[in-house]
Amino acid sequence: MTPVNAIVAKELRSYFVSPVVYVVSAVFLLIFGVLSYLAVVNAGNQAVRMMQIQGAAAQLNLNDLVFRPTFYSTAIVILLVLPILTMRLFAEERKLRTFELLMTSPIGINAVVLGKFLGVCLIFLGLLALTGIVPLILSVYSSFDWRPVLTGYLGLALMGALFLAAGVLASALTENQIVAAFLSFGLSILIWLLGALGAVLGDNPVGNALSYLSFIEHYDRLVRGLVDTKDLVYFVCGMILMLFLAHRVVESQRWK
Amino acid sequence: MIEVQNVTKRYGDFTAIERVTFTVDKGEVLAFLGPNGAGKTTTMRILTCFIPATEGAARVGGFDCFEQPMEVKRRIGYLPETPPLYQELTVTEYLTFVGRIKGMRAKDLRSGLDRVTERLALGDVRDRLIANLSRGYQQRVGLAQVLLHDPPVLILDEPTMGLDPKQIIEIRELIKSLAGSHTVILSTHILPEATAVCQRVVIINNGRIVAVDSPQRLSARLRQSEKISVTVKAPPANLADRFRALPGVLSVFEPTETGAFLLECELGEDRRDDIARFVVGNGWGLLELKTVSMTLEDVFLRLTQNEEGMVSAGEAPGEAQMEKHTQA
Repeated sequence: MTPVNAIVAKELRSYFVSPVVYVVSAVFLLIFGVLSYLAVVNAGNQAVRMMQIQGAAAQLNLNDLVFRPTFYSTAIVILLVLPILTMRLFAEERKLRTFELLMTSPIGINAVVLGKFLGVCLIFLGLLALTGIVPLILSVYSSFDWRPVLTGYLGLALMGALFLAAGVLASALTENQIVAAFLSFGLSILIWLLGALGAVLGDNPVGNALSYLSFIEHYDRLVRGLVDTKDLVYFVCGMILMLFLAHRVVESQRWK
Repeated sequence: MIEVQNVTKRYGDFTAIERVTFTVDKGEVLAFLGPNGAGKTTTMRILTCFIPATEGAARVGGFDCFEQPMEVKRRIGYLPETPPLYQELTVTEYLTFVGRIKGMRAKDLRSGLDRVTERLALGDVRDRLIANLSRGYQQRVGLAQVLLHDPPVLILDEPTMGLDPKQIIEIRELIKSLAGSHTVILSTHILPEATAVCQRVVIINNGRIVAVDSPQRLSARLRQSEKISVTVKAPPANLADRFRALPGVLSVFEPTETGAFLLECELGEDRRDDIARFVVGNGWGLLELKTVSMTLEDVFLRLTQNEEGMVSAGEAPGEAQMEKHTQA
């Protein structure tokens, strides 16, 4: 068993014995359920209105009316929820002095950072998988195109992983969990706002660069069903950058 | 096995340890003795590659702690001051995790688990959450973590802290049994512990090493004067001065509440005979007369209350000694 596996296994174990993961899952799934319910009701209302105008049964596009708004609102929800999962990763180790055990064991900082990141990613992917019940139920009562739903999930997974990587970095910066949560929350929102800032600056190199740096346009394309390599590259690079910075932060603490 | 050469560690302006040099041979048990904040933990953290030294070099098993930390980490077991325990895991889960990050193979891990569970008597608690264990058990789990992968070098920061007297004796026996096969550095501020388990003692104060020797030799080396305690039934007012006038008596400390004068005499000659005759001859009534040998505790206080303790052991530490006596 490699050290990374050992860390992942330990993280999963720690998550499941603490109430945090259950509370976070329950709240997240409840919100996701309410959001998709609202989207479905909204779609139903629109169908009724269209029937009144056109006088015939309208062809409803569930992808546009249900899934897309749900994916957009879920982005905000995970932005709020994921820092709660990542805040303890390093902060707690330092507070409880178990950090010394990790740092004096023959494993690299890479393995620790990667192990912790992968552990929390698995929890998040599990959560996403549970939300799959919504499209499954909808597919029983209506028909829609599964492919944009799947790319939407891919977008959610990648964006969530980026938030988690930012959370790992934030947790490495402090030994106070509240500070860690708040930092990762702030960091994610800032990256989000870069998109708005880019839009304000308009269609020039600076504006485009800022828009590119925000995950919002990349996520948007995936939710609309467009899988472009450059979006995938964006998310993967973002994660690597965050984890690399986390590695540097952990490493630098030895020198203080 | 362990070499520390001129290691200095500074935090900004604050110098935690300064030019610390010592070596530990294979199979030796060395105690690191010093008051709180003397630099014991800092030295241990440098040896375990947790923090780098500002200057100087530390080597474990021939590997430099800065250049080849992985090799060093493979060879050490480290128990920090606070045992590094994950409260939410059971003892077995915790030890399994430790074994894995120490790079143990599944087979070694199983036998290692059985060995440390047996050795530290953790059998009854192996499936309990660490959070629910008593302080003594938690400390033992911490020690189990150190011994699990059977490293040749053990670095223990205050290993008996928080244990009850019976457990302390058990742990000391355990450490003694490790001597020979393992190289052990342990830090403590409990002096009898150092005398009980160690072949050598390093006394550190304010980040500097003030003495390195065996506990016995250390107290012998510092006994540059013999102390004699004299209790007199009816002492005249100027007895202290009259004692002082005796040949071979260096200094006299006034009686404490026990009524005993403490005479510091030159080393080598036994003055008890002369003093007895002097007191009896004057008819003051001799109640008690005995030599007072310096315990490691005295040595420790002498050395740590005065940094130049080794240099001017004759004078200045005498004051420290007096201070202690008036306190007592």
